[in-house]
Amino acid sequence: MELDLELQRRLIRTVAERVIAHTDELVALDRAIGDGDHGLNMKRGFEAVLADLDKFAAMPLGEALKGVGMALVMKVGGASGPLYGSLFMALGKALPEQAGRAGLAQAFAAAVEAVKARGKSDVGQKTMIDVLVPALAVLQDTAVDLPERLCSAAQQAATATIPVRALRGRASFLGERSVGHMDPGARSASLMICAVMDVMEGRA
Amino acid sequence: MNSNVGIVIVSHSPDVARGAADMVRQMVGDDVPLAWCGGAPGGGLGTNVEEILAAINRAWSEAGVAVLVDLGGAETNSEMAIEMLPDRQQNRVVVCNAPIVEGAVMAATEASAGSSLEDVRRTAEELKPA
Repeated sequence: MELDLELQRRLIRTVAERVIAHTDELVALDRAIGDGDHGLNMKRGFEAVLADLDKFAAMPLGEALKGVGMALVMKVGGASGPLYGSLFMALGKALPEQAGRAGLAQAFAAAVEAVKARGKSDVGQKTMIDVLVPALAVLQDTAVDLPERLCSAAQQAATATIPVRALRGRASFLGERSVGHMDPGARSASLMICAVMDVMEGRA
Repeated sequence: MNSNVGIVIVSHSPDVARGAADMVRQMVGDDVPLAWCGGAPGGGLGTNVEEILAAINRAWSEAGVAVLVDLGGAETNSEMAIEMLPDRQQNRVVVCNAPIVEGAVMAATEASAGSSLEDVRRTAEELKPA
């Protein structure tokens, strides 16, 4: 998939800045059902991405995504590092050079599988996967208008984690007490998806 | 050159990791290659893939390395680090599903007797909650 380099830079920068801007919210969500470090970990990871923005912006998109993934793996410091790192690395690896929506959907499917494998998790366990899988479904459904639906689907999916009892991740230690809180990983995944769509739609 | 299985301790807290390593040294002795790491990149609680890789290499033994971890992120980051090792090392490192302090002491005790990586792991995992 080839992007105008300026657009590629804007995508990476906007995703990183969006996550960083929501640090406090992610900390609060994680404090409720985890250990409170998700926001700060993600901030540290994406600050490392921004520090190398010039490098990533000049690479072919697939290589840039792999680089972003590796930066997250090395810098996040929590489980979300390898999880999001695996997502971006798998996406970068699977992305064809000339990808339309179908190619993107295929690559995203591979990326979601990589997250499932890394986290030994699947849908319904109150994790980022509960946002990634519905987002993939929207991407795969060519009958829907992508820009309009993708962000709202991701946000709805994140909200839908609220009543779910966590079965994976730190929140699972809480059992029933994890019910009633949005999963922080689901929230960060929805933030990234909406940031991408805002750039593609010219809103950011 | 030590031919016993090596032990690596990975905690979110450098203090916990160092303390567990002290216990291993005092209770088991110096016959086992031992390394620890803890803390997020740049400080604070968390784990650091780069430091885990370095710890595995410090405790490296041709007999393999058993890694003891505390909470979720330590396990995920350790698995990531293992996948980043060269092929010839990868299949000789295991993450033990065991409590970090007791697991490290038991694993090191088993390792000090010259046991295989599989036996070291099994001994540590006998401590896992039913």
